[in-house]
Amino acid sequence: MPSRRRALLVLLSLTFLSVASMVAALAAGSLLLPLGDVVAALSGTDNIAHSIVFDLRLPRALAGFACGGLLALAGALMQVLLRNPLADPYVLGISGGAGVGALSAMLLGLAGIGIAGFSFVGALAAMLLVFGLAHGDGSWTQTRLLLTGVVVAAGCGAVVALILTLAPEQKIHGMLFWLMGDLSQATDVLPALAVLAVALAVTLPFARELNLLARGAEQAAALGVAVPRLRRLVYAVASLTTAAAVTTAGAIGFIGLIVPHLARLAIGNDQRLLLPASALAGGSLLVLADTLARTVVAPIQLPVGVLTALIGVPVFLYLLGRR
Amino acid sequence: MILEAGNLAVSIGPHRVCESLNLTLAPGERLAILGRNGAGKSTLLATLAGLREPDAGELRVEGRSYAELGLRTAARLRGWLGQERGDPFATTVLETVLAGRHPHLSRWAWETPADAGIARTALGALGLAGMELRELRTLSGGERQRVAIATLLAQQPKLYLLDEPLAHLDLNHQIATLDLLAQRAQRDGIAITMVLHDPNLALRFCDRALLLFGDGTHVAGPVAEVLDEASLTRLYGHPMRRVTMADFSHAVFVPE
Repeated sequence: MPSRRRALLVLLSLTFLSVASMVAALAAGSLLLPLGDVVAALSGTDNIAHSIVFDLRLPRALAGFACGGLLALAGALMQVLLRNPLADPYVLGISGGAGVGALSAMLLGLAGIGIAGFSFVGALAAMLLVFGLAHGDGSWTQTRLLLTGVVVAAGCGAVVALILTLAPEQKIHGMLFWLMGDLSQATDVLPALAVLAVALAVTLPFARELNLLARGAEQAAALGVAVPRLRRLVYAVASLTTAAAVTTAGAIGFIGLIVPHLARLAIGNDQRLLLPASALAGGSLLVLADTLARTVVAPIQLPVGVLTALIGVPVFLYLLGRR
Repeated sequence: MILEAGNLAVSIGPHRVCESLNLTLAPGERLAILGRNGAGKSTLLATLAGLREPDAGELRVEGRSYAELGLRTAARLRGWLGQERGDPFATTVLETVLAGRHPHLSRWAWETPADAGIARTALGALGLAGMELRELRTLSGGERQRVAIATLLAQQPKLYLLDEPLAHLDLNHQIATLDLLAQRAQRDGIAITMVLHDPNLALRFCDRALLLFGDGTHVAGPVAEVLDEASLTRLYGHPMRRVTMADFSHAVFVPE
């Protein structure tokens, strides 16, 4: 039976895991800082450790945590909305739209905020396009939404391939890194963290209704859920969280699909626990993956998406086999 | 009156299900809806449940329309058992039945041991005691159907709207389920409307029957008056014969 006590215990452990992953991210790097130095740096002593931690590692770790949390939360919401375990944050074309925006910005020679702005606009355009088309005849089924999203995503994929073909050689490396996900570009992390907090605050009050929605729209309606309103809310939140994540760090793969499943295998499918647990676990996993990505074969930095897959796949297969 | 429908007109696409349907259900009354596949039985039932809008007419549950009731209050008054049983994610039997408690819980509340007790009692009534922690997917079709009925019992509504409650059930559980429903109707004053495919079970377990002929016309009335050879033959498009048996108290209808 679902109980609040168990939920608090699980969330407490995951919070501990999050803090541990942050400490690891702050300590590890080309200059390995002992735990004491990390604490000293955080408490504000002015030295080299302080500048490494505050200027380089902390923003990147926070960005990783925010993006991981956003993607995992968006994935969990999409899977409920579409009642499909294979759904992920990118299935409805949000990342495709963001990709077209970001790569166009790079093609135009923009950087930093320009790329972020273009990718956010691209994500929003894809979101509105899918929503508008799926709504075409007034009805709104998961299948229709899913098919519309998949087709829009495929269209965006073609445009991305076109841009990659036309782009000058020296820009291609940056474009590929964006497409695979890259936290080194993340500069301003506050918007992503704020979006994560707001998204959790908005969806958690509806978590029990989401449990019912996962069992079927009509059954949920018969049990008192305002289904159309809830679906619009979930779609908007899942889309905006995805857009915030890809705007911050590009299309990091795998987290959004696998973390909700990991959480589900470990703690069950009660959204009251699953949504916050996915956010914490997704954040921790991405921070750990990014820490490995920049240390394993230093000074070369690996795309973090490669590491999320390399960590996530064995853990996932283990949990799946345990059942 | 628990359910009142006045001059109800229901259609699905261009297909007219019923016109000027007048219907009242008092506590303890049981109504069977009979008709061919595609006649609109499920559509009418969903309309009675407030899940879709009628074309015309009035619908009241305990004297109030669904708009007046609001979703949450409506969910505490009427339960609806649909035909679809799709659960894409793993879940246990107890968790599934606890979903029926949703309209009784406030937004931030979690299920209490009392709710779990209600769910366990409902499972017991359907002969599923001891299966609380079983994975829903490992159950047979008939067992899942009974879990769905237990969910409706845990919801504790006053009006049951059941779309083919006997689907996937073996003969033994068909009768047990109908006995259970009859008992709930008598003991708790529950009003029941159910879609059935067997006129004999309707005759035996329901007070009244509503025949949907599929062309927009209908007949409603006490089972003994409405269910006869002529109307059932017209209803199913197949000759039906009424047979009496010496050692059986009531007549049965058999297809020729």
